Amino acid sequence: MATVQHVVPQDAFEPSLFGTYSKKIGMWLFLASDSLTFGALLFAYSYNRIANPAWPTPFGKESIANATVMTACLLSSSLTMVLGVLAANRGDKAWTRNWLLATMFFGAAFTVLHAMEWTRLMGEGMMPSSNPWAATVPQFGGTFFTLTGMHMLHVTIGIIYLGVIALRKKFLPILLVLWLVGWLATPSGSVFHYGIHVLLIGAIVAAVVLFLKPKDYDAHDVEVSGLYWHFVDLVWMFIFPLVYLMSTKI
Amino acid sequence: MHDVAHDESKAIYFWVWAGLIFLTGVEVGLAYEQVLAPVRMLEVLLVLSVVKAALITLYFMHLKSEIGTMRWLLIISVCACFALMWIFFFPDADRIIHLGVK
Repeated sequence: MATVQHVVPQDAFEPSLFGTYSKKIGMWLFLASDSLTFGALLFAYSYNRIANPAWPTPFGKESIANATVMTACLLSSSLTMVLGVLAANRGDKAWTRNWLLATMFFGAAFTVLHAMEWTRLMGEGMMPSSNPWAATVPQFGGTFFTLTGMHMLHVTIGIIYLGVIALRKKFLPILLVLWLVGWLATPSGSVFHYGIHVLLIGAIVAAVVLFLKPKDYDAHDVEVSGLYWHFVDLVWMFIFPLVYLMSTKI
Repeated sequence: MHDVAHDESKAIYFWVWAGLIFLTGVEVGLAYEQVLAPVRMLEVLLVLSVVKAALITLYFMHLKSEIGTMRWLLIISVCACFALMWIFFFPDADRIIHLGVK
């Protein structure tokens, strides 16, 4: 079959306005738009917090300690992520994978601790439309679960993203096993029994990407995935003080 | 074309991480002491959060190494949107308390 050969003269394209590759610009633009989503949720929560003197303060020492450990997990995951980017830049594939796996471990630890916190609060009777501490402030549950749930979703997507970059197709069976174990291990009435399906959807999307466009992910891909991961960490730097530290019961 | 290689050494990332952990400790300490009124506490926590966010963005996300066009376009556009929310919404939330609305 004859193919058309396009001769592209040098300097035919203008250099990038932002002096970098397009994948990174795309990720930055996505993060800028996503920051407005989280900004709106954070301001909604903070506005309600300030405007309601009867705002519940259900987070005792145990919750604050738990949330502090969660914060340390995310900060440490950012450190391992940036070390992974450094390893990718020097072409060290083994250490790139190791640092990405360490990042995923810290991310998973954060998610598990957060899920335990949610379970404890729901056990005390907190629901999206009501809470047992302040009947006049029913919006507490809604704003809390929306904000922290949105963040937990981002962390979960980040773990899947890093898994695809680090392990490629080998990550798919791991993800499916995690989904199945999580689905069978959680009680049928639990919100996590349904929430675990994020892993199944992630596995399907990852499979489509990996089979339609198989490739070895390079240093650029690691750096772009790192941008996403650090953003998830950055958002938590606002959620932790605004949600937990502003509603302490000490 | 800007390359992915960045100038910082490994040590700077450990220092930034230690700084972030320290600032988190300060925030938790403030929450335990509870010496500030809610609105003042919110302001202090927000300032500390902005400092932490700046450290993450500049060092971990390498925005410090990007060219000025990208750096300033991102910073100014996001900050402008947040400033709009801050200027209009927070004083209103505070005003509701002083009006005595229950």
